[in-house]
Amino acid sequence: MIRVWTDNRERINTAIDDFAGRIFNGLGKFFVDCGKACIFFAQSVVLIFKGPFRWDEIIRHMEFIGNRSVLIIAMTSVFTGMALSYQIFLGFVKVNATNLVGPTVGMGILRELGPVLTGLMVAARAGGAMAARLGTMRVSEQIDALEVMGIDSKQYLVAPRILAAVITVPMLCAIFDFMAMMGSHFLTITVLRQDEAIFWDKISLWLNPGDVYQGLFKAAVFGVCFATICSNRGFNASGGAKGVGEATNQGVVNSMVLIIVLNFFLTNFIRFFYVAMGWR
Amino acid sequence: MSEANPDQTPSTGTAIHIKDLRKSFDGGKDFVLNGVNLEIPKGVVTCIIGFSGTGKSVLLKHILGLMKPTSGTVEILGNDLSGMNMDQLIKMRTRLGVLFQYAALFDDMSVMDNVIFPLREHRKELKLHDMEEIAKKKLAQVGLDPKHFHKLPSELSGGMRKRVGLARALALDPEIILYDEPTTGLDPILTEVVDDLIVETHKAHAGSTSVVISHDLFAAFRISDHIVMLDKGGVLLAGKPDEFLKSENELIKKFLSKGLKQG
Ligand SMILES: Nc1ncnc2c1ncn2[C@@H]1O[C@H](COP(=O)(O)OP(=O)(O)OP(=O)(O)O)[C@@H](O)[C@H]1O
Ligand SMILES: [Mg+2]
Repeated sequence: MIRVWTDNRERINTAIDDFAGRIFNGLGKFFVDCGKACIFFAQSVVLIFKGPFRWDEIIRHMEFIGNRSVLIIAMTSVFTGMALSYQIFLGFVKVNATNLVGPTVGMGILRELGPVLTGLMVAARAGGAMAARLGTMRVSEQIDALEVMGIDSKQYLVAPRILAAVITVPMLCAIFDFMAMMGSHFLTITVLRQDEAIFWDKISLWLNPGDVYQGLFKAAVFGVCFATICSNRGFNASGGAKGVGEATNQGVVNSMVLIIVLNFFLTNFIRFFYVAMGWR
Repeated sequence: MSEANPDQTPSTGTAIHIKDLRKSFDGGKDFVLNGVNLEIPKGVVTCIIGFSGTGKSVLLKHILGLMKPTSGTVEILGNDLSGMNMDQLIKMRTRLGVLFQYAALFDDMSVMDNVIFPLREHRKELKLHDMEEIAKKKLAQVGLDPKHFHKLPSELSGGMRKRVGLARALALDPEIILYDEPTTGLDPILTEVVDDLIVETHKAHAGSTSVVISHDLFAAFRISDHIVMLDKGGVLLAGKPDEFLKSENELIKKFLSKGLKQG
């Protein structure tokens, strides 16, 4: 072992350097991208309030982000609810606490998995489509055409998308929460033959509306997050079809990573906020 | 728009005035445009020609205010673009119409909606019906068959798309119409058709100024009253077509012999 190490010291060292370098490079790019997205977001927010308010565009994007995600959200949520319930049931059987499966699953879904998985699913579906659409418009000069027609392209293209995402993703999250609990209910009561009255009683004892609200709040933040990152990437795409592909790919990956990282900090922030307000 | 100019005698005045325009993309090491001085007269067709990569498209983007100059000024119809805020720039741009190289039609809208779009944004006082009437008139003017009016851009040929792009550029009755490489990549017959379209459009819009950016020297001679040749980030020669024919400059001679052989 030691021989291998000494013989190949040089190569191993460069490999480690390379690896570290790549991580730092990647992290650096990720943060730069997030920074740029923040500036882009600030500009877009100003434009949202500046008007004109494009209701028809907002509704069109809400339809795209929302309506067409319902099916995949419903699918993922039911199965997530069932899988989580089963695992928690298997764990709680050992300590004779199976009547707490309901609230435990509920807490996990409402506070964490609901918003995060909704955010991830919608980022992959709608975020990717946003980046691809805006990227195509950029490289085919459609955005330039908008500008020279005297239309503020960010105001027309980006602001309605961000607004639509903020409104729609919490709605999808609510659907996720509901369907996941239905899945949990089905598995716990119908399949595992637990008592239905206890299931609901414990849920109403241990959960409160605050759990739902914090999930929806997170979902709204994730909506802003993916809509901004993906729009920014698409809007600034360059280099033909290849550039559009890269923008889409990078936009989706970065928004997914950011959603997961951000979730941790949001959890702490919300907890701090609730404690400070004396709600729990 | 007020000065009617039916018989194409060059009217006095300058539509676009560029003073010592310099543009660098890398912070001053290499200048794509290196001191361009240029006056584009009102009321005539001007061609801007030059070899590939001499910065014609970059120049166009400065005229449209899509790029900011590193130094120098661009004045359009007497207004300096650099001092404008976004709202003023938007107002200015409604006085320009642009036909992009690949037409840049909005691909999720029908032909009709594409042409109506600028009207919807800037002529809010009009009823939808009136907008449609204007759009139909413009589409007829560029010679598009009414049976294509409700198709999507992806269902049209390249030549038809250019017509729609031109109709859209004309929707707001612009004072200056700019064409970015209108004939690049078209076959010889279509090239002629598009060239004729430019001339007809220019005649139909009395007093309007047309600026055509092109590689195609032969077309430049056919359609323009004024030619500007760019080279190495500056203006090599600007003048009437016959001044080009008389020029002793090596590069112009080279460009001429090539261009005319092609035609
Ligand atoms: N956004 C940009 N960033 C960096 N460099 C650019 C940018 N746009 C153009 N350039 C550079 O400016 C130079 C001129 O490009 P431009 O597109 O204006 O040429 P052109 O005269 O239009 O050529 P063509 O006839 O082939 O279209 C090129 O060398 C190009 O690399
Ligand atoms: Mg060009």
